[in-house]
Amino acid sequence: MNFDPRYSARSFNSVGTRPIRPDGVDKVTGRARYGADFNMAGQLVGRILRSPHAHARIRKIDTSKAQMLAGVKAVITAADLPDLTDGDAAMYDILDNCMARKKALYDGHAVAAVAAVDARTARQALKLIEVDYEVLPHVTDVDEAMKHSAPVLNDSIFTEGVEPRPAKPSNISKRSQFGHGDTEEGFRHADKIVERSFRTEQTHQGYIEPHACVASVSSDGTADLWVCTQGHFVYRQHCAQLLGMEASKLRVTSSEIGGGFGGKTHVWAEPVALALSRKAGRPVKLVMTRDEVFRASGPTSATSIDVRIGARKDGTITAAEATLRYSCGPFAGTWAEVGAMTAFACYRLENVKTIGHEVLVNRPKTAAYRAPSAPMAAFAVESVIDELAKEIGMDPVDFRIRNAAQEGTRSSYGPVYGPIGIGPTLEAVKNHPHMKAPLSRNQGRGMACGFWFNFGGQTCTDLNIGADGSVSLAVGTIDVGGSRASLSLIAAEELGIAYEQVKAVVADTSSLGYNDMTDGSRGTFSTSMATISAARNAIKTLRERAAQMWDISADDVAWEKGHAVAKGGKHGNLGKLSLKEIAAASGTTGGPIAGHSELVADGAGVSFATHICDIEVDPETGATRVLRYTVVQDAGKAVHPTYVEGQYQGGAAQGIGWALNEEYIYGKDGRLQNPGFLDYRIPVCSDLPMIDTQILEIPNPNHPYGVRGVGETSIVPPLAAIANALSNAAGVRMTHIPMSPPRVLAAIEAKQAG
Amino acid sequence: MAGVAVSTTINGDNVEYLCQPDETLLDVLRDRLGLTGAKEGCGTGDCGACSVILDDRLVCSCLVLGAEAEGRNVETIEGMAHGDKLHPLQQKFLEHAALQCGICTPGFLMAAKDLLAKNPDPTEEEIRFGLAGNLCRCTGYDKIVRAVQDAVSEMKAA
Repeated sequence: MNFDPRYSARSFNSVGTRPIRPDGVDKVTGRARYGADFNMAGQLVGRILRSPHAHARIRKIDTSKAQMLAGVKAVITAADLPDLTDGDAAMYDILDNCMARKKALYDGHAVAAVAAVDARTARQALKLIEVDYEVLPHVTDVDEAMKHSAPVLNDSIFTEGVEPRPAKPSNISKRSQFGHGDTEEGFRHADKIVERSFRTEQTHQGYIEPHACVASVSSDGTADLWVCTQGHFVYRQHCAQLLGMEASKLRVTSSEIGGGFGGKTHVWAEPVALALSRKAGRPVKLVMTRDEVFRASGPTSATSIDVRIGARKDGTITAAEATLRYSCGPFAGTWAEVGAMTAFACYRLENVKTIGHEVLVNRPKTAAYRAPSAPMAAFAVESVIDELAKEIGMDPVDFRIRNAAQEGTRSSYGPVYGPIGIGPTLEAVKNHPHMKAPLSRNQGRGMACGFWFNFGGQTCTDLNIGADGSVSLAVGTIDVGGSRASLSLIAAEELGIAYEQVKAVVADTSSLGYNDMTDGSRGTFSTSMATISAARNAIKTLRERAAQMWDISADDVAWEKGHAVAKGGKHGNLGKLSLKEIAAASGTTGGPIAGHSELVADGAGVSFATHICDIEVDPETGATRVLRYTVVQDAGKAVHPTYVEGQYQGGAAQGIGWALNEEYIYGKDGRLQNPGFLDYRIPVCSDLPMIDTQILEIPNPNHPYGVRGVGETSIVPPLAAIANALSNAAGVRMTHIPMSPPRVLAAIEAKQAG
Repeated sequence: MAGVAVSTTINGDNVEYLCQPDETLLDVLRDRLGLTGAKEGCGTGDCGACSVILDDRLVCSCLVLGAEAEGRNVETIEGMAHGDKLHPLQQKFLEHAALQCGICTPGFLMAAKDLLAKNPDPTEEEIRFGLAGNLCRCTGYDKIVRAVQDAVSEMKAA
């Protein structure tokens, strides 16, 4: 049946309420099973040997001693994962990242793996593997890597996007450019121009659950994989391709996921676990240590960004430019490109130009982290916007309101916006009591805006109605933070039944059609669309069954508030049939009742937020403390408002950590010096205040209920909001993230020295 | 390596197990006893996801040896509810959505229970410092603190 995804205004019964999530009790009693909580009979322990060098040619790997150790059942190297990628460069990079083939490209790069009867034997076996490395010069800094003198990581990379094609290979894998108008002309009309350069250090998603999986390859060529992932269908595709299997022969079951934030959208250890299991002929459990999580999975780009913005005295921005250099790890990426697209997305600009450079460095392969690439670009742009407002003597909120993008604005990255929330979030901030609260000495207030595209993608959902009238909803998008509750609300709303009658589960890859992963804030947006579609299909069957029970035409049956009702005066005496009554009769009216849906959820509405933050800086230590924090963001329609608030708060907290503390610290030897939660310090409970939220609802025209994705945007504004607050508190403009105590103290001392 | 025979009490039940001398209590709970509610987030005592209560003291079970539980009393998340009845902290964590992914939740609940045993009426600041040994990456702690505050009110009224 054709599904019409267009928004139509309506009142809601279930959507917008705040029930307890269906997976809640298991999670507060310790029963919920995460990646490492699953075991199989006869399972072995897998461990990975990792390069201690930032850049080294692998001359030879001798595994013979490890193989001889009692209790070792399999040892593998890249030779056990032959290249089946058939010219697919991105897949080859994934393969090379899972197990180094010719060179170790970063400290922590996997070079071999073992499966043994227990963890101790596996650890001993790793020590017996002899790797003959030829250590090569390395580069970990994004600006250094762009210099002609830098060691080239991959001599087959010639900068894409440059005409003519460069004659020599370099660490710049791609140049991209966005914008419109004539920025030079625009700058000529500016009364004031502010130009600054910024740096942000590399951060990790910091999910508390390390990557974990159990792989079991059978001798008949079928396999099972239990894994914590944001996208089990994508993991199936990648693992099957890398191992030379048919996708349908590999069943991937997603465990509960202990945080991902983008970091569990990529395979790392899973193909290795499958290869170990295939070789050993037994199931293999592979769980990363925290050290491995930091050294080999995750991180964001480190960046170096130049921003130049000009404005007239009346507050109109006349031109804006940014050049963004993002590290990708040792493989080509599109991180700077995304940063370049988002940089000025909040504004209505006549003349705008952004240029992105993807830079290869000897660090782990960059992975998505919540609104990937946007926070760093927003830090740079929103800092300059604030400074420019001051230069022309305008309130920073008013300056932004004057230049905010609107419906019909051509965005800096190309598309023309529909109805959007940047203006309304700014107006809400302007009128928020937080903006008027008094501040004391060494305290300052800052604000900043953020944007994220949001994504829709391929989605498939099954809705099955039991004979007892209860509804099971099988979805294929991983629940990372309460989406089973939201999707149950959606099914209840559309069917007109109680939330408690619905139970949503995440189906495995053999039980449901393909779904893209939970990324791009798509989980609730896209799967709610598919759930509405599936429910409408089920309702069509329910109406037909009611018609059969009444012996009238299905065209004469409507669906109202969970009941079939006969339309028109001629059926006036028929009353109503509840979903439960129709379901109870289903065995004699044509069998089980179900609704199915598969669709591509186009039209994910873009997302905007504006944050306000109060900080206090200690002028003697440079330590910065967040005193008060407010998030204002457009949700389109908040399905379960408590979990929407949770997304706003969680993203803000991650942004605060990024702004003030978190960074990868590399030594001169190219080794990561802080691969643990003690030295890579994420915010703890005593570091933060309550995080206030205000949900705006500007309906997305491309979703029946107006829903927009809400998961990512909240990490975008905090870096700049805090930098702007620090500028107001201490009179220093911080251009290097994180704004850790030594950096802030140095800035304060430099200012005092004049 | 010869195993160490240990006799201990876990969630009120007598339990006996053999473990290696270098095996952590966390590994014993998870791998030998099937009590997987305690999680390993770091293995170095930095994240608190493996928190259990050992003789009235909150510990990271990754920093305790399995052999050290001999003759002691271990409380884990699996023993927090009384049968079907959730502990007020568990109930309030659900009502306030004080969890998103939930991996840190068992550790937070054990830490909160230990905090309230020692300080039945904590201020917000005391709650925040009392839970500072537990990392949560999803919530920003706001709803966790509110859930604990609400549980405090309910437990005082009871």
